[in-house]
Order: sequence, then structure tokens, then C-alpha cells
Amino acid sequence: MSEQRKKSGLSVRAVVATGIGAAVFFILMKYIAIPTGVPNTNVNVAEGWLALIAGLFGPVVGFLVGIIGHTLTDATYGAPWWSWVLADGVFGLLLGLSKRFLDLQGGDLTAKKLIQFNVWQIVANVVSWVVIAPIGDILIYKQPANKVFLQGIVAAIVNILSVAIIGSILIVAYVKSRPKKSSLRSE
Amino acid sequence: MNNSLFGYKARDTWMNQTTGTAKLVGFLALTTVGMVSYDTRFLVALVILSFILIKISHIQYREYALLLKLVIFIGVLNLIMITVLAPQYGAELYGSKHVLFGSGYWTITQEQLFYELNLLLKYVFSFPLSIVLLFTTNPSEFASGLNKIGVPYKVSYAVALTLRYIPDVQSDYHTISLAQQARGYEISKKASLTKRMKGAVQIILPLVFSSLDRIDTISQAMELRRFGRYNKRTWYQDQKFSGRDFGMIIGTLIIVAIGILLVFQNGGRLWNPFN
Repeated sequence: MSEQRKKSGLSVRAVVATGIGAAVFFILMKYIAIPTGVPNTNVNVAEGWLALIAGLFGPVVGFLVGIIGHTLTDATYGAPWWSWVLADGVFGLLLGLSKRFLDLQGGDLTAKKLIQFNVWQIVANVVSWVVIAPIGDILIYKQPANKVFLQGIVAAIVNILSVAIIGSILIVAYVKSRPKKSSLRSE
Repeated sequence: MNNSLFGYKARDTWMNQTTGTAKLVGFLALTTVGMVSYDTRFLVALVILSFILIKISHIQYREYALLLKLVIFIGVLNLIMITVLAPQYGAELYGSKHVLFGSGYWTITQEQLFYELNLLLKYVFSFPLSIVLLFTTNPSEFASGLNKIGVPYKVSYAVALTLRYIPDVQSDYHTISLAQQARGYEISKKASLTKRMKGAVQIILPLVFSSLDRIDTISQAMELRRFGRYNKRTWYQDQKFSGRDFGMIIGTLIIVAIGILLVFQNGGRLWNPFN
């Protein structure tokens, strides 16, 4: 019976991962911010968490965690700034595409995979913060181009560093906690 | 704890009794039209309207004073950045130049100041609206409201889970943070940057693993209760539409219509008083 009824939409695990993922994202955004010295730019630990959760559960969960988490964070500071909310969603979506080649559940992580991941996260960061966020600011809010691109570039650099450090640490720690695929032998 | 974080309190006001769906529709429609419009008259009217809404919701000034100051501070910071980086942007937008003072790169025009006033109004107007939405809507009513305006119920349920688990994750975070500080990891301003980084990682790792465990536990529990079996879902916090909900939606539609009309009348999003 259950085979015949094709389940529509998200799996239960994906729904829960989205909910909890966004809650943790929100808490990390609110409580852990490590200042870089430049005013108003913090190393955002939350983006590293987004990288892990997107890498584990795929693009749809990554997108939703980015959107929900960012909207809630913005809402408690005042009002959602939609162009950056969307950029965070796209960032989660792009990182979710790394699920395929990372295969974190499988439990073995090579240096090659880590480098692939970091190259990919740089691409994702540049697309989200240097392309989508500023263009959204220009189209939606009619802001001057050089101001929003400067903001975007600073955000991209900070987030690239944050994901490279925190994201990589989380991924390595996660894989270490998993049993290796080859750890069981039939006798 | 949940309530205190988002400021929701059961107040006996007109706003509180309106359904989450109507408020959500109103919030999204008004913020969108305010985002699109650059008509100063319209934006001023929106700012006044949203502060009236906050007033009739019986939300006290001290409850949101800090946030309001933060929003204005961030807005002003952005305006300063624009003035420094693109001082001629206003003149470019409005297609005319009324010089006030300064010369060369630093020529400050009336158009520039007018453009920045519009921007400040945009930063400010949506703030009271989101405060009203957050302070007068029960968090679990959000999910049913989202579902009603067309968001798939699984996504709405994910939002409900987020709102439900933020306090739990928050208390986890505090426990872990205190435990790690007791072990000597420092994350306060006193420590150096690398020390704070290390301290932050020592807090995040346990938080991440306990949250991943939580995902497993909750999804197994929901699986056992056959979540997602059907294509539709009913909501415990669901409320029937009444006269005031229709009133709110019709009022919103009228405001949106005025906003769109002004766009046509002005021949674009900008209202240009310099011609």
C-alpha cells in the first residue's frame, strides 16, 4: 500500500531538519558573533551551521533553513530585509548541492572532498552576496550600486572565512562521529 | 520563554483578536507596497498608520524602544555610507540638481537629501508592522496562517517547529556555554580573537550534536504518528474569519491599490517634486 501512494513533498526528516536547523541558525545568529574589528561585520557562526545542515540534508532544506532562519533573525531586529533573506536562501540551496559529492553519512572524508567543499562554498558565497543580495537591493530598494556591492563583497569575504573555518570544523567533527562504512567485515 | 523572546503577550485588543492569517496578509502586502513605492507622501502616511497600529495594539513604547533605536541606528549608518560612496545618486535618480552646499565630489544636493529621507522612511515604516505582528500573534497561530495563504503545510509545520524549539535550543546553548566557561573557555570581550574563536567552537560542537540527535528523535516520533500521510492538515490554533478580519484585508487592499495608483500617476516608482 505505502509503495503505491507516492509521498508528496518533503520527507518527515526533512521537515524536522528544517525546523530544528532554523532554530539553531537563529540562536547562533543572535548569541555567537565574533567581531572582526571592522564595524558591523561579524564572523557568522550560523553560516557554518547552515553549511553542515545543507550538506547533510540537501538543497531544499538548505534553502528553507536560510529563508526561515534569516527572516526570524531580521524580524526580531526590526523588519526582514528581503533581498538578503533571499540571498541566504540561495546560499543554503547552493550548499545543499554539495550533499552529493560530500556523502557525509558515508563516514569517510578525504582531503580532496574538503577542498571541493571549500571551493564550492566560495562559489556559493560569491553568487549569494556579490550577485543576488546587491542586485536585490538595487531592484527592490533602489540603492546606489557601489554601496551595495561594497557591502556584498565584505559580507562574502567574512562568510567565506566563517564557512571555511567553522563549516570545515563541523564537517570533520561530524564525519569523525560516524561509523566508517568499511568498519564492519563479514566473517 | 518562547513568548518573551518574540514579545507575544495575550492582550485584550482588537489586534490580538484578529486572526494570524489576516495579519500576515496585511503585513506582507503593506511591506511589499512600501518597498516598491518611492512616493514620499505615501511613505509618510504608511509610517503614521503603522505607529497608530502599534498604539491601538496597546504595545508600550518601552517594549520596543531599544529595537526602534537599533533600526534607526542601522538606517542612519546606511545613509552615511550612501552619502560617502554615492553623493550624486539622488541627482541622478531625479534628473535634476539643486545644489545646497559643497563642491566637486562632495556636492550635496536637495535631491540627495530627499532620496535619503525616502530611504529612512522605508527603514522605519516596516518596523512597527513587524512588531505588531510578532507581539500580537500567538506563535503557533503563525503556522496555520502561513498554511492558509498558500505555503505548503509541511513548510508551515517546519516554521512551527522552529518557533517551538527556539527556547529549547536557547536553553541548551546557555547550559553548554556555562559548562564550557567553567572549564576555562572564554568567549567574552576580554579574550583575544583566537581564544574567542576556540571558545565558540567548543560551544558549537556540543550544540550541533545535540541538535542533530534532536532531529532524529523528533522525526522518529512524527513518523510514528504518521505525519505527512495526507495532503492536507488541520490546525489546532486555526481560527474562523470574522468581520474584523475581512475589514483588515479590505483596508490593506485599499492601501495597496492607492500605492499602485500612485506608481501610475507618477509614471514610475519615484515621486519627483523637483519638476
